[in-house]
Amino acid sequence: MNTVTVDDHAAHHVSFVRRYLFSLDHKVIAKQYMLLSAAMAIIGGGSSYLIRWQLAWPETSIPGWGPIGPDNYNALITMHGTIMVFFVAMPLLLGAFGNFLIPLMVGAEDMAFPRLNATSFWTLFVASCVLVSSFFVPQGPAAAGWTSYAPLSDKAVYTGVTWGQDLWILAVALEFASFMMGGINFLVTALNLRTRGMRLMRLPLLVWMEMTAAVVFLLSVGPLVAGAVMLLLDRAAGTSFFQPDRGGDPLLWEHLFWFFGHPEVYVVALPGFGIMLEILPVFARKPIFGYRTIVYSTIAAGLLSFIVWAHHMFVSGMDPRLASPFSVTTIMISVPFAIIMFAMIATLWRGSISLASPMLFALGGIATFLIGGVTGIFLGSAATDIYLHGTYFVVAHFHYTLFPVVFFGGFAGLYFWFPKMFGRMMNETLGQIHFWISFFAFNGIFVPLFLVGIGGSPRRIYELSSYDMLKPLQPLHVVATVAGIALLLAQIPLIVNAFYSMVRGPIAGRNPWHANTLEWTVDSPPSHPNFTVPPRVYRDPYEYSIPGAAEDWMAQDAVAEADLRAAGR
Amino acid sequence: MIAGYFPENVSTFGGSIDHVFWLILYIVGFFFVVAQVLLVYFVVRYRRRGNAPAFYNRGDTPREAAWVLVPAVIVLCFDLGIDAVGHRAWELVKGAPPPAQVEVKVSAKQFNWDFTYPDAAGKLDAADSVTVENELHVPVGKVVRLTLTSEDVIHSLWVPNLRLKQDVVPGRTIVAWFEATKPGHYEIGCTELCGFGHYSMHADLFVHTEADYAKWRAENLENKSAGN
Repeated sequence: MNTVTVDDHAAHHVSFVRRYLFSLDHKVIAKQYMLLSAAMAIIGGGSSYLIRWQLAWPETSIPGWGPIGPDNYNALITMHGTIMVFFVAMPLLLGAFGNFLIPLMVGAEDMAFPRLNATSFWTLFVASCVLVSSFFVPQGPAAAGWTSYAPLSDKAVYTGVTWGQDLWILAVALEFASFMMGGINFLVTALNLRTRGMRLMRLPLLVWMEMTAAVVFLLSVGPLVAGAVMLLLDRAAGTSFFQPDRGGDPLLWEHLFWFFGHPEVYVVALPGFGIMLEILPVFARKPIFGYRTIVYSTIAAGLLSFIVWAHHMFVSGMDPRLASPFSVTTIMISVPFAIIMFAMIATLWRGSISLASPMLFALGGIATFLIGGVTGIFLGSAATDIYLHGTYFVVAHFHYTLFPVVFFGGFAGLYFWFPKMFGRMMNETLGQIHFWISFFAFNGIFVPLFLVGIGGSPRRIYELSSYDMLKPLQPLHVVATVAGIALLLAQIPLIVNAFYSMVRGPIAGRNPWHANTLEWTVDSPPSHPNFTVPPRVYRDPYEYSIPGAAEDWMAQDAVAEADLRAAGR
Repeated sequence: MIAGYFPENVSTFGGSIDHVFWLILYIVGFFFVVAQVLLVYFVVRYRRRGNAPAFYNRGDTPREAAWVLVPAVIVLCFDLGIDAVGHRAWELVKGAPPPAQVEVKVSAKQFNWDFTYPDAAGKLDAADSVTVENELHVPVGKVVRLTLTSEDVIHSLWVPNLRLKQDVVPGRTIVAWFEATKPGHYEIGCTELCGFGHYSMHADLFVHTEADYAKWRAENLENKSAGN
C-alpha cells in the first residue's frame, strides 16, 4: 500500500488512534460500520442456528451449545430480530455503504459533519456493547420479542427478565440516536456538498435511496424514542403508560412501535435496492430504464410508508373499521415497488449482461424480493391477515423482504465496491460458490416456512409438538434447518475470500468494472481527501453503450469527444 | 399442493377468507411468474457475447416509460379489486356480529384459556356460572359470541379451523364471534408471544351436535353449579 505520498500531508501528523480508531474520515468510519455489522451478524446469525436446531429437533442438545429451554428460546428470537434489523442491516446498508459512497458519489471531500459522523458510529458501538452485555446479566437478555409488546415488556414479572429488558431499551434508544445523527449527515452531505454539475437528477440512485431512507427514518423514529422512554419509565419509575390496571393502554405501544417499525422496513430496503440499481447498469452495460420514474416511485413509497403501519394491528383489538383503509394503503404500496422492479427488469432488456459476483447477488436479490413483495399482499389484505397474522407465513414473508436487500443487496455491494474499499479484487470463483449455495439454502429455509404458516403454526413457539394438528408440519422444519445450516456454512467461502483478497487479491486499479459514477474516478482505496481537484460532472450516472462512442462507458466527469467536437464546431 | 396444508374450514365465514386467499394467490402468482420468467429470459437471452454492444435506451420518454407504467396501472387495478373483495370478507368476520345464540366469556392468562359458561338461566356473570380451563364447548350451527379479556399480557385467540384470530388485550373487552359448521374436536392456540409458556398455551374446541351439547351441559355445568 502506498502509505506515504507527497500530497498526503495530513497523514504525517495523524497518530494511529486518530487514523484508524477515532478517525474522522468517512471511508474509515464506513469500514468501522461494516466491521461492527459483521461482528453483530455473527451473533445474530449464530442465534438463528440455535433457534433452527430447536425447531427441527426439539429439546435435543444442540451441537456446540447444549439444550435450550423455552425462556432461552424467547430470548434468542428477541435478540436475533433486534440484532439483525438494528445492528446488522442498518449499520451495513446505511452506515457502511451510505458513509463510504455518498461523499464519493456526490464529489465531496467528506461528510458534511465528520465529527458528528464519528460520534454517530461510536454511539452505535456503545449501543452494540450495551445490547451484547445483556447476554451476561442475571435473568439473561430481553425475551419479549423484537417488537417488545407491552405489558409483556413492561413488568419484569411477565417474562422474568429484569436487567435484560432495560438494557434492550437503552441499546435501541442509543441506536436510534446514532442513526438520527447519521441521517442528518447523509441529507446535508447529499444535498449541500454536491460538486459542480451534480444536479439532483444526476445523482446516482443509491444516493436518492439513502436520502429517502434517511428522511423516512428521521420522520418516523421520534414517536418510538418517546415510546422507549415511556417504557423505561414504566419499568423504572413507576409510571403506567402501558399498564392497563393503572390507566395505561398496551395498544399505544403497538401504534408507536409500528409507526416507526413499518417505515423502518423501507429504511433498510431502499438502500438495498440502491445497491442493486448501481450494479445492474454496470453489468448490463445499459442505462437504468426510467431513472426519473424510479426516483419518483421511491419518494412515493417513502410517503406511503407513513400511512400503512396499522396493517400490523388488524386483529390487535383496534377499531375494526380502520382495517380496510389501512389495507388499501398497504396494498397500494405494491405499485411504486412494482414500478421499481419492472424498471430493474427492463434495464436487462437488450443489455450485454455479464454474471460476475456483484451482478449475481443483485439478480438474486431481485428474484427473491419478488416473493417477499407478492406475499405481502396476503398480509396487507385484512381478511387473509385474520388467518395468517402471527403465523410462520409472516416469518417467511419478512425474511423474503429483508434477506434479499440486506444479504443479497449487501453482498452485491461488497463484491462490487470491495476493489474500491481495499484496492484489490475479490476471487470470482469463491464469489460464485458463495452465491449459489446461499441462494438455494435461503429458499430452502423459507419456502417450507410459508407452508408451516399456512398449516396454522403460530410463530415464536418453542416447539410445535404441543399442538396435535401441527405435528405433521415437523418435517418442514427439518428441511428449513438443514438449509439454514447450509446457509451458515456457505459464508465460509466469503470469509476466506474477503480476508485473502484484502491482502493477496489482484490490484484493482481505479475502475475495474468500467463504471461511470464518481467513486470510480479516484484511487482505490481513495486517499484522504477524496478528490485532489473537485470533480465537475457533465452527464447522467448511467450512460453506458452510447451509440458511436469509443468506449461502452462514459464517466460522469468525462469530457466526451462528442462534447469537444460540438464545442469546436 | 398449498391447499393440502390448510386445516379444514369449519366456520360459516372461513370460506370467504379462503376465497380471498386464493384470489390473491392467482393474481400475484400471475405477476410473479411473468416477472421471474422475464428476469431469467433476459439474463439468458442477453448474456454478453463477444463485443455485441448493449442497446442504448434510457426508458425516459413517455412512450418507453409506458412499458413499466402500464403494468403498474394494471397492478393498481388488481390491488383495488383485492381491496374490495377483502373488505367484504373482513366485514363479515369483524364487522357487526349477528345476534348471539350462545355466549361464552374467555379470560386469558399466562398460560391458560379460561372459558366461562352461562348458567341455566343463560346469565354469564351469575354466581353459578361455571368456568372450565382450556376447553371450549359449543353447539354446531349456532352463533357463538366470545367476550375476551386478559388478566396479564396480550394473548391472541387462534382457531385455525374456524379461520378466527383475535388479540386479547388487558384493559379491554373485545368481542368475537363464530358459527361452527361441523361437529368435532379442534385446537385453539395463542398467536401473540406471551412469555416462556407461550408455545404451550393451547386449548381444545369441542363442537357438539345439539343433543351432545345439551348432554355436556347437563353433566358439566348444571350439575356442577347445582352442587355448589
